Amino acid sequence: MTATASDGAFVAFERVQKSYDGENLVVKDLNLSMPKGEFLTMLGPSGSGKTTCLMMLAGFETATHGDILLDGVSINNIPPHKRGIGMVFQNYALFPHMTVAENLSFPLEVRKMGKSDREAKVKRALDMVQMGDFAGRRPAQLSGGQQQRIALSRALVFEPELVLMDEPLGALDKQLRETLQFEITNLAHSLGITTVYVTHDQTEALTMSDRVAVFDDGRIQQLAPPDELYEKPENSFVAQFIGENNTLEGVITEIRGNTCIVKLDNGDIIDAVPVNVSAVGERTKVSIRPERVEFNRERLHEDAHTLKAEVLEFIYMGDIFRTRLRVAGRDDFVVKTRNAPDQERLKPGQTIEIGWLAEDCRALDA
Amino acid sequence: MAEQVLAADGRPLKTSLNRALRRQKLRALMLIAPLLLFILLSFVMPIADMLFRSVENQIVGETLPRTVVELKDWDATSGAEPDAAVFEALARDLSIAVEEKSHTRLGSRLNYELTGISSLFRKTGRSVDEVGEAAQDALEALSPAWAERSAFGGLLGTARWTADLDAWDGEGTAPAFEARPEMAAALPETTRLYTSFANMVGAEGDNPLTEKQWPIVSHVFAQEIVTAETPDGLDAFGQAVFSDVKAAMAATTLDDPKAIFIDVDEDWGSTDVWRTIQTYSPAYTDGYFLNSIDRLKGADGSEARPENEQVYVTLFIRTMIMSFTITVSCIVLGYPIAWLLANLPARKANLLMILVLLPFWTSLLVRTSAWKVLLQQQGVINDILVWIGLVADDNRLQLINNQTGTIIAMTHILLPFMILPLYSVMKTIPPTYLRAAKSLGATNWTAFWRVYFPQSIPGIGAGSILAFILSIGYYITPEIVGGTKGVFISNRIAYHISTSLNWGLAAALGAILLAIVMLFYYAYDKIVGIDNVKLGG
Repeated sequence: MTATASDGAFVAFERVQKSYDGENLVVKDLNLSMPKGEFLTMLGPSGSGKTTCLMMLAGFETATHGDILLDGVSINNIPPHKRGIGMVFQNYALFPHMTVAENLSFPLEVRKMGKSDREAKVKRALDMVQMGDFAGRRPAQLSGGQQQRIALSRALVFEPELVLMDEPLGALDKQLRETLQFEITNLAHSLGITTVYVTHDQTEALTMSDRVAVFDDGRIQQLAPPDELYEKPENSFVAQFIGENNTLEGVITEIRGNTCIVKLDNGDIIDAVPVNVSAVGERTKVSIRPERVEFNRERLHEDAHTLKAEVLEFIYMGDIFRTRLRVAGRDDFVVKTRNAPDQERLKPGQTIEIGWLAEDCRALDA
Repeated sequence: MAEQVLAADGRPLKTSLNRALRRQKLRALMLIAPLLLFILLSFVMPIADMLFRSVENQIVGETLPRTVVELKDWDATSGAEPDAAVFEALARDLSIAVEEKSHTRLGSRLNYELTGISSLFRKTGRSVDEVGEAAQDALEALSPAWAERSAFGGLLGTARWTADLDAWDGEGTAPAFEARPEMAAALPETTRLYTSFANMVGAEGDNPLTEKQWPIVSHVFAQEIVTAETPDGLDAFGQAVFSDVKAAMAATTLDDPKAIFIDVDEDWGSTDVWRTIQTYSPAYTDGYFLNSIDRLKGADGSEARPENEQVYVTLFIRTMIMSFTITVSCIVLGYPIAWLLANLPARKANLLMILVLLPFWTSLLVRTSAWKVLLQQQGVINDILVWIGLVADDNRLQLINNQTGTIIAMTHILLPFMILPLYSVMKTIPPTYLRAAKSLGATNWTAFWRVYFPQSIPGIGAGSILAFILSIGYYITPEIVGGTKGVFISNRIAYHISTSLNWGLAAALGAILLAIVMLFYYAYDKIVGIDNVKLGG
């Protein structure tokens, strides 16, 4: 056996590929390793292959090529019911003809556990999600949030070491979603469970995860902790997909160590950090977060490049101001500023000068 | 009590709401009115009529009204035939019935209960006009005027009626008979019989005064005039004639209907015929129902039919058992197909669905006849089995004209009715349930049995009710492939409707069948719950 990066990992995908029709790859060369106890989120637009990965891990789909390892052992040929992986589904998948307690008891019954043990575990699992009073109800008598709590405790009741969650909060309203996000992460961390969570909601991914794997086009575009993902996107897809982002297009004119000069398409010059550009003359998409844009000249480096900007729209949002500018010929440049007492409220039509710290501006692939 | 809520105009809110909704309801009703009417006319009313026929028995009382009354006090267990008064009444009833030609219908009705009555009535009907010949002869001997066809009409009818008849142009029906009140009082039965005669002849467009009256009229006249008071309003000459006739008739020996009838057919002397007439004289009878459960109305209460006449109970039980077998076969064969239909990709599922529906495009008769070709001893299936070597050539399987044939053909015909509701229920069971069960550690079988199957029960329920109820009432297929051993109760019903014409018995059998279906439906509702029946989403 050859040593790989996944040695010692709890869950590992090694060069996994998946195709449904024999013509297109839905998952292209996936490599991923997770340590025990990690909360990892697979984030991506629909059709990016994230759910397929989850289903392969659960055993409902087979990998066309490559190995999936659980605790160092290949599980490619182990049927789903022997994998011992807990799973929470988007539509809860609570069995409608059973009561809540029967639903929870089901995984224990198929494991031939004694009646008293079962009852104790069911009770503990229900208390864990504060649903102890609902044991006798049927799923249809519960609200969406309650059903999802039950589904969660059902996935945990047989004490799996790995739990998979397939967009479990997708059908819930915003407020409930936030509460449950918090509960799920707390539960996962306190029980020390390894969790793979699939979502297309980036806020959910950022707030819940230890690490986020951003999927697109069957590949992991970036695998990083949330802060790194947001602040240091490695390519323009990730920059666009995570959070709000201003993009300017141009050509690299000069690279000096960890800064570079980019000549925008309208001729303006800006500073940036070269991320995945390597040569002068290469086209690039420059990414700047709206809250990192500075229009107070004094706070900038003295020889920093600045751009002229025309205020198009000023939106008062309470905690922040959102200003839309025309910069370098683009109308969609957005600046967010905190609603502080000394903060200037810009007026449409006003012309200002904007700039940023070179390290906040990342020159990415075109 | 809660205070009444008022609408803005001060009316109670409920009243206002009802007013607002009334228009809507009325429109909805108008929309379904054609269907409602159609169902009422083509479904509810015929069924009600058939159910009514199962107890209706007015034909005896209506055809033999006098006999039924006279026979009431006759004791069937005495062993002796009824007395002369009953025969007398029968002669009068039968004379009218023969003219109305209703005695044959009564004969066939009573023939269901006692074989031979039909021919007895027909035979007697031909000789009933012998009763009254003696009286007529005696009258004519007294005065040739009695030979005149208008004699009785002139005697019993009013002058106005005679005048009306004379003025009548012979078109349409003759004027209705009008009896002279004093004659009706003196000779009531004669008047009644003559009224029947005159009106019946008149209805046919003939003049009663130019037709020979029925002999029974003379017979009854001769009987009645002997004891009759001389009517008021007769002139001296009339009174003299009246007393002459009275004396002459008193001296005449009249025909004895009893002797004549027993002479025509000695069955009139047997108690069986009379007991049957007596038993079935009420307007409503439970006789058909008793017959349906292999019993008959005996001298006192119901008694079992002779062993060799018991067919219906066996047939009912066989119908139940075979319908049940067919339903179970449909479940066993249909469930996997329905599952495939619900789980295959749309393209393949559609193709499969067409195959499932294909039988509906072919006539039922054609499909059933095809089974005849397949199943017979020299048929396709036996040939193949012999060719494979599973069955010896001289020992070919008997697959048709028995219960096996019926079960095979009926299962094939009812399969779509099982598959479709099953499919539509399975379609609504998301595949994630099975996945969830497996992720929780259930094997494929456990996941199916504990999670999928319970959710498909409403489909099984709906399919079973459909298949069972359809099969319990099926008759074409059993008729063709069932032989004698594989027929259902419905085949007997069809036989009684179209061949033996015993509609009362057919109705009673049908009513029992209906009751059984209702009973099953009720039991199903109690055990499984009718809410658990789904034909779709």
